[in-house]
Amino acid sequence: MNLVFKWKWLPDLAQGLALTLELTGLSMALGAVLGLALALLRVYAKGPLLPLYGLASAYVHFFRGTPLLVQLMGLYYGLPALGIRLSPFLASLLALTLNTAAYQAEYFRGAIQSVKSGQMLAARAIGLTRLQALRYVILPQALRLVIPPWSNELVYMIKGSAIVYLVGMLDLMGRARTIGTKEFRMFEVLVVTALFYLALILLFTVALRWVENRTRIPGLGVPGRS
Amino acid sequence: MLLRVEDLHKRYGREEVLRGISFSLEKGETKVIIGPSGTGKSTLLRCINRLTEPDRGRIFLEDVEITSPKADINKIRAQIGFVFQDFNLFTHLTALDNVRLGLMRVKGLPKKQATERALRELARVGLADKAKAYPAELSGGQQQRVSIARALAMDPKLILFDEPTSALDPELIGEVLSVMVDLAKSGMTMLVVTHEMGFARSVADEIIFMEKGVIVEQGPPEQLFKHPKHPRTAEFLRRITELYGGEG
Repeated sequence: MNLVFKWKWLPDLAQGLALTLELTGLSMALGAVLGLALALLRVYAKGPLLPLYGLASAYVHFFRGTPLLVQLMGLYYGLPALGIRLSPFLASLLALTLNTAAYQAEYFRGAIQSVKSGQMLAARAIGLTRLQALRYVILPQALRLVIPPWSNELVYMIKGSAIVYLVGMLDLMGRARTIGTKEFRMFEVLVVTALFYLALILLFTVALRWVENRTRIPGLGVPGRS
Repeated sequence: MLLRVEDLHKRYGREEVLRGISFSLEKGETKVIIGPSGTGKSTLLRCINRLTEPDRGRIFLEDVEITSPKADINKIRAQIGFVFQDFNLFTHLTALDNVRLGLMRVKGLPKKQATERALRELARVGLADKAKAYPAELSGGQQQRVSIARALAMDPKLILFDEPTSALDPELIGEVLSVMVDLAKSGMTMLVVTHEMGFARSVADEIIFMEKGVIVEQGPPEQLFKHPKHPRTAEFLRRITELYGGEG
């Protein structure tokens, strides 16, 4: 087998990488905000807010229970039937965000619920309101606990975002397809592309590991390697 | 009168945990609640600052009705210290920050004043040198002392202690009790649920014996220990002194 590699592929792929980063970064950040809100509703909504608990749960089950690909296609090809036309970028960003929010909601919920119940009691006992207790006692602990599953989600999303090439986005995968087709070197281009993904993921894994260690507090969370 | 509890009732499902509890506490008094486990002692304490909502009955802190639906419960809780059996220090905060949190976020003290006050309270429980330690780095006895400092910092009118030494190794009980003895002597108003009969006997102005959700008997320690009026009191005291020892 005669393998060929050309340096000129790299700038194109790097542009694709930038778009992959943009889509993943934005959807992870927006997904974190939405996911945290969903998690808080799933944990704390009761009384008059109970319907919101139901809505949040339905949301989470729907977006975790259907394929990301179907969600993207639905937004891009399905919505125009309702008169809503989204650009490929917007459809992609929306699909990724809505999907990761559902997963992140579950990670946040798990983290919030693993904060011991006595913490809320003690916070209320000194006169903090429920919101203050969340802000100063529960969330600082939950956010530390959520780092490992959240890094996992980030890794998944970096790779999962590759499906946006199917609606014509020139992300890393989209660029790879274009170059590969043009040059009749699909296999080689895909190998290089895979290395790009791998490098990106290793970088983020190390970075989040660093954050986890920097914010570590004795007695909270899983002990690191010693 | 600092605290007045009137005909308090609380039910969990079919079980009535509190069946009409009434008593009161004068300023500076220490009262100790004793009784078999599962008789509603902890529930009673938690009803007093409404960490648990009572079903019926009224509670007054001085002339403010705690149980009134219109009561500002956060403001009231800030005036009632609560010391938990398992400490419940905020895991992610140092000893100093544990004590400082309420000062800054509830009382609105600026950081500098809050820090000074918190350090003073830590010194009072003998832990000035542990200000920067996280709860996990402290022994159980030290954690409980920090939690007492956290309660003290708020300048409470009353401190509720819910079996403060029950989760401690025996050799650590003494350091917590001695802090509590000092507090009682300094004039703090305290309501203490405990099995430490030595503490009850030497510090309490009055002992309340509770069983099955009612107060069976109450009176000064000497009277209860030497001449209990009720046979159930006598039997409980005999059993508990065998277990924990009565002198001390």
